[in-house]
Amino acid sequence: MSAVTAEHGHDDHHDDHAHGPAKGWLRWIITTNHKDIGTLYLLFALAMFFVGGAMAMIIRAELFEPGMQFVDPKFFNSMTTMHALVMVFGAVMPAFVGLANWMIPMMIGAPDMALPRMNNMSFWLLVSGVLLLASTLFMEGGAPAGGWTLYPPLVLQTGKALPFAIFSVHLLGISSILGAINIVATILNMRAPAMPLMKMPMFVWTWLITGFLLIAIMPVFAGAVTMLLTDKFFHTSFFDAAGGGDPVLYQHIFWFFGHPEVYVMILPTFGVASTIIPVFARKPLFGYSSMVYATASIAFLSFIVWAHHMFTVGMPISGELYFMYATMLIAIPTGVKVFNWTATMWKGAMTFETPMLFSISFVVLFTLGGFTGLMMAVAPVDFQYHDTYFIVAHFHYTLVPASVFILMAAGYYWMPKWTGHMYNEKIGQLHFWLSAISVNILFFPQHFLGLAGMPRRIPDYAIQFADWNMISSIGGFIFGASQLLFLWIVVDTIKGGTGEKVSNEVWEDAHKHGLEWTLPSPPPYHTFSTPPAVIPCDHD
Amino acid sequence: MKKIKQLFAGVSFAALGLQSAHADYALNLMEGVTKVSHDIFDLHMLILWVCVFIGIAVFGTMFYSMYYHRKSKGHKAANFHENTTVEIIWTIIPTIILVAMAIPATKTMMELDNVQNSDMSIKVTGKQWYWDYEYLGTGVHYESHLDAMSEKTHRDGSDPHGVPHYLLNVDKPLVVPVGKKIRFVFTSADVIHSWWVPDLGWKKDANPGFINEAWTQVDKPGTYRGQCTELCGRDHGFMPIVVIAMEQGDYDKWVETTLAKQNEKPDLSDLSREQLMANGAAVYLKNCVSCHQIDGAGAPGDYPALRGSAKVNAGIDPLIGFLQAGTSKMPSFAKLKDNELAAVITYIRNAPELGNKVGDEIQPKAITPVYDDE
Repeated sequence: MSAVTAEHGHDDHHDDHAHGPAKGWLRWIITTNHKDIGTLYLLFALAMFFVGGAMAMIIRAELFEPGMQFVDPKFFNSMTTMHALVMVFGAVMPAFVGLANWMIPMMIGAPDMALPRMNNMSFWLLVSGVLLLASTLFMEGGAPAGGWTLYPPLVLQTGKALPFAIFSVHLLGISSILGAINIVATILNMRAPAMPLMKMPMFVWTWLITGFLLIAIMPVFAGAVTMLLTDKFFHTSFFDAAGGGDPVLYQHIFWFFGHPEVYVMILPTFGVASTIIPVFARKPLFGYSSMVYATASIAFLSFIVWAHHMFTVGMPISGELYFMYATMLIAIPTGVKVFNWTATMWKGAMTFETPMLFSISFVVLFTLGGFTGLMMAVAPVDFQYHDTYFIVAHFHYTLVPASVFILMAAGYYWMPKWTGHMYNEKIGQLHFWLSAISVNILFFPQHFLGLAGMPRRIPDYAIQFADWNMISSIGGFIFGASQLLFLWIVVDTIKGGTGEKVSNEVWEDAHKHGLEWTLPSPPPYHTFSTPPAVIPCDHD
Repeated sequence: MKKIKQLFAGVSFAALGLQSAHADYALNLMEGVTKVSHDIFDLHMLILWVCVFIGIAVFGTMFYSMYYHRKSKGHKAANFHENTTVEIIWTIIPTIILVAMAIPATKTMMELDNVQNSDMSIKVTGKQWYWDYEYLGTGVHYESHLDAMSEKTHRDGSDPHGVPHYLLNVDKPLVVPVGKKIRFVFTSADVIHSWWVPDLGWKKDANPGFINEAWTQVDKPGTYRGQCTELCGRDHGFMPIVVIAMEQGDYDKWVETTLAKQNEKPDLSDLSREQLMANGAAVYLKNCVSCHQIDGAGAPGDYPALRGSAKVNAGIDPLIGFLQAGTSKMPSFAKLKDNELAAVITYIRNAPELGNKVGDEIQPKAITPVYDDE
């Protein structure tokens, strides 16, 4: 079934120039090839991971001990704000778009993305948006320092940076929307005829749903920040009580975007985990269709729970109760997913290569983040947890050892396919263990800090918070340093890795789990110019 | 170099098993001192144990599987990929658990929300960066700022160990009687703040232009500390809350003395230069330092420098008028009494740490009401 895939010269080709990449550096600017654009996205995301990480190191250095040692409180606020924006919009989201670009056409037997030129445009809009955002660091009055949520009235006190930050959000939003449209169009129109929706790989399913989420929410965010812009410069008062507006209105709009947004970062994570775990358990994914329905339910629920970020903002009791109940419901489909992954491992024949290690620790640590999420869903208790380090611990558990770990897993899993070289397994495992241990030293103590009463987003703290902060910072420094190992592995693997010959399927029997493993490693520049006739499907 | 030494000291200290002198850190939520805070604590423990139980079951299964069902042990993979019964069970059981949790949660939520039948009301206004307390109907009204020692310590970056209740101490705490239902109304003068005392069990946002309500009834006399929990700008980390709960008798006495002090006419007699400078430094530290900074350098792009400022170093009358009237960016300081205003003007014009040296002193009597809000 894999014979039809990798051919180059086709009889029906009438143009003679579209066979290989453009020569020289210009290739990377003008490329419309999904593999090239995927690579660009992934490398850009990796770079931003280190930029956002450097900001986190500044934050943890200041918090290492009580007292103000290194930075000014305003700059500290800029760091927390920019760290979040860079990590969310510059690192995690683009990394998943990169994976989508590389993998979706190869997983569904399509020759490329549906809209290749637009694909190029989304990437370069992303770069422009992030560079514009980064440029605010050097503006008079500093980068935005009102938190990544950009709540008014505080954000309106930003200096010269405000319109630039807002415009960069617009650019990032357009980039995401174009990317999402492209992914949805590709999945719906370009699947090999032999692949009905319910035989799509889980990664493709999760991205299809994520794509719709993005298309629905990014315009909402763009609207919210545009209202900030007109409030600041054109004398409207959407969010100003003095003119009949309401600052809390912004929070409702923001979180209508913001809650689905956090699922944009976790649904593709679920997809990758559901892809990797069966391969290394040597067993089909347990409960494929319930996985699909659970993902869709989580996506639906994400639109109707937004105000659980706002329990203390002053809502009527009916609102508090509704948002509490709706939020608690999310635990059910999320639980189904965790149970399914566990059942996939059950009675398998597991091996523990780096991608599997990262995926298993994702399941465990994401579940921890889910538990604290459930605790926070209970509105009265959230009156204690809200805006403390408990929250910081919660969402970092769902983002770092969940989304970021899965991105690492995806990197190790597909890198041999992308490059045709095997990564160094020893260094990979070292990277895993250092990351998995230090990430817990970093974030677990933050639960204690929050419960003991430490608010988030403060540059300095009372003496009783000193011990756990120091431990957390030490964990942070180890975690940060460990990621340099990953950088080394990426460079090393691109340059040739272990030198071992990499087969088509790379991992034992992987071809049973996905079309991409029927292609050579590395795959030729153009793949699936004619759709594959047979689809590997392990769940019927 | 000092920083690096501190860093090393810190790391070795952590390595030594955290034998710190201040080992009063906590791991769990505070139980608090009100009925609501106890209910919230019980809910917290309930959910925590539910999560621990589920975690043990799920992770236990996973780790069992990871140990026994591994290829290196020769385990052969089974090939099942669905089981409707199991899938229905693990959807229904969590649903039942959630419903069971929602019932007590709803009860506590309703209790938390019920501000009816209060014995007294306090209006709390969040301001960048302090709290303003007004005891409605009594005339008691004052500001509560971070205490001077914490303020100084964090401003000059010195070692905070040994500062009593560093960053959790204020100059004038909120005083409440025990056993009384106290209704709070929250609002803000600028950006959103949030008022949180963990021992009372809740926090509530203070939104500009709107009123939020909450209530408490403290059972136990004592001192309870908290902080602003909504990012509110540069000094968000430096606007703590201290609540002192006392017996009704003591509270009544406190109201009396506070009112008396509040209504006292300021002493406008001439002061020595040293006194003016010392008083001025205290006023500056409380009212000016957040924006204009401890060295008078301001914050480029946000707040102008006083160091070498023409406005500060020129004539006195325009300066007094400016301070009393405020601008769109700077609040009016008409709230300062004449003796405070005189002291702080003397201070900003002459303090070597601010880099100004006009060489004059302004006595309280020299303050003319350029702008008077009465």
